[in-house]
Amino acid sequence: MTQLALVIDLNVCVGCHACVTSCKEWNTSGTAGYLSDMNPYGADPVGTFFNRVQSFEVGQFPDTETVHFPKSCLHCEDPPCVPVCPTGASYKRESDGIVLVDSDKCIGCNYCSWACPYGARELDAHQKIMKKCTLCVDRIYDESLPESERKPACVLACPAEARLFGDVNDPDSEVAVAIRESGGYQLMPEWGTKPANHYLPRQKVSITIHEDELERADNPLRKERRKPMPDDSEPTLDETTSW
Amino acid sequence: MHPAFSIIFLTTLIGAGQGLFLALYTGQLYSVFKLLPAESSGQFYVLGSLISLALLVAGLGSSFFHLGRPERAWRSAARWRTSWMSREVIVLPVFMASVAAWGLLHFTGWNPVLFTLGDSFPVDLSLLAGAVATVLCFALFLCTGMIYACIKMLQEWATPWTVINYTLLGWASGFTLVTGFAAYQESAQTGFFGAWAIILTVLALIGRSASLVRNASLQPKSTMETAIGVRHSRIEQKAQGAMGGSFNTREYFHGASQRKYKNIKWLFLLLVFPVPLVMLAGGLVAASPALLVLAFLVQYAGLVLERWFFFAQANHPQNLYYQTV
Repeated sequence: MTQLALVIDLNVCVGCHACVTSCKEWNTSGTAGYLSDMNPYGADPVGTFFNRVQSFEVGQFPDTETVHFPKSCLHCEDPPCVPVCPTGASYKRESDGIVLVDSDKCIGCNYCSWACPYGARELDAHQKIMKKCTLCVDRIYDESLPESERKPACVLACPAEARLFGDVNDPDSEVAVAIRESGGYQLMPEWGTKPANHYLPRQKVSITIHEDELERADNPLRKERRKPMPDDSEPTLDETTSW
Repeated sequence: MHPAFSIIFLTTLIGAGQGLFLALYTGQLYSVFKLLPAESSGQFYVLGSLISLALLVAGLGSSFFHLGRPERAWRSAARWRTSWMSREVIVLPVFMASVAAWGLLHFTGWNPVLFTLGDSFPVDLSLLAGAVATVLCFALFLCTGMIYACIKMLQEWATPWTVINYTLLGWASGFTLVTGFAAYQESAQTGFFGAWAIILTVLALIGRSASLVRNASLQPKSTMETAIGVRHSRIEQKAQGAMGGSFNTREYFHGASQRKYKNIKWLFLLLVFPVPLVMLAGGLVAASPALLVLAFLVQYAGLVLERWFFFAQANHPQNLYYQTV
C-alpha cells in the first residue's frame, strides 16, 4: 500500500526556513483555504503554518551542537487524530496514506489536535477550521506541472536537499533506501502512531585511532636505520648463510 | 491544556443536571418500594425535571461556544463508531428527551400500569421511562468521561478515574441541588436526599483524591530525546519557529502562574468537598433551605474550578516542542 511521506535529513538541514516560507506561499492559496496571519508586521505576528523549523541546542557549552528541526504533519500510518474526529472531517486517504482535513466538514472543535502528540495541527484563527500539512496534495498529482515539480513545495524549496519525498512502503524508493541505509527514525515511537515521515540522524565523520597506531610498527625507515652496517670483521652474508 | 470555559460549563452543568435527574428518580423508586413517603403531588418531579432540563440545555448551549463552526455542529453525530465525542453528541439530546418525557408523564398524570412484577409490584409508565433515562444518564457520564480518558497521549486523563470522577462529581452535585430544592418544596424526602448528597460528596472526594495522587507520580512517556530523536540528556530549545506564538502555544498551555495553579487546586478541594458537606449537615440540622441551596452554589463554583484544574493539569507531549513558553 502506498504511503507517501517526507524524509528529513537533520545532518543536512541548516535551519534556513525556506521550506516554511515556500509551504506558506503555496498553501495559502491552496484548496483548503488561506492560511491566515494576524498582525503580520506588528510586534507579535501570529499565523497558521503547516510546517515550522525549530532549533535545539544539544549539550552543555562549550560542547554543544545545534539541531535544526523542521516539523510538519507526520502522516502517521495509525493516525490518532482520525478516529476521534466526530464529523469524519479528519481522514486518511486509502490510496496514498495522506492524512487530510475536509474543510467543509470540520466544526473546529480542536479534539483532533488534542489527540496528536506532535502538535502538527493548527486551528486557523479566521476560518475556525483545523489546518494541517497536505503533502501538497493539490500539487503532487497536477499533470499540468512538469514531472520534476510534482513534489511538495517544501521539498522543491530546500536549498540543501535535506527533504526527500516518496513512498516509504516501496522498498526501492529514494525515501525507503534513505531510511534503511542512513538510520531513519520516527518521532515519539512510544505512542504507536507509526509516523510515515522519518528523520535521518546527525552523523559525524570520525575515526578511532589507537595509541599504537600513531607509530607504524613496520616502518621500513626505522628498520633500516636500526640495522647497523656490518663491521669488516663480521662474517659476510655468504658466510652466514652457506653453512 | 488550556481550560476552555465552554467545556468547563458544559461538563459541570450537564453533570449537575444528570445528578439531579438521578436523585429525583431515586426518590421516586424509594417511594414506590414504600421505603420513603411518596411526594404529595407530581409537581415535585415536574419542577425537578424542568430544572434538570434547564441545566442540560445550558450545558449544551455552552458547548457551542467551543466550536469554531457551530453551524456545522449537526455533523458531529456522524462518527459514533469511533469517536466518544460523537457518541456524547447523540446521547445528550436523547437523554434530554427522556428526562422531558419523564417530567411530562408526571405533569399530565397519565401513568398506566404496564405490567405487574410478581404478584404485587405494578410497573407503571413513568417508572419505565425513568429507568430508560437512568441508563442514558450513565451512558452520558461514560461518554463525557471517555472523551478525555481515551486520549492516551494526555496521561493525566487516560485513566478510569476520569470517568469515575465525572460520574461521582456530577452525581454528588445533583444530589446537593435536589436537597435544597426538596427543602424549598417542603418534601418529606429532604433528609434522604441530604444524606445521599453527603455520601456521594465523600465518595467523590475519595475518587478525586485518588486521581490527584495518581497524577502526582506520573512519569511522562515522551521526553526531549524521543521528541526530536537525539539521545542526549541535555537538550534546550533555542527557537520555536514563531516569534509571536502560535496555536500550539495557545491551546496546550494554561498560562496561569504556578501559584495561581496551586491555589486553584486547594480552593476546589475546599469548595467542592468540605464546605458543602458542612453546609449540608448544618442545613439539614437547622432545616434551612437557604443554606442547602447555598451548599449547591458553593459546590458548583468549586466544580468550575475543579474542571479548570482538570484541564490545566494535563500536560500534552507536544509541549516538549514549545519549551520556552
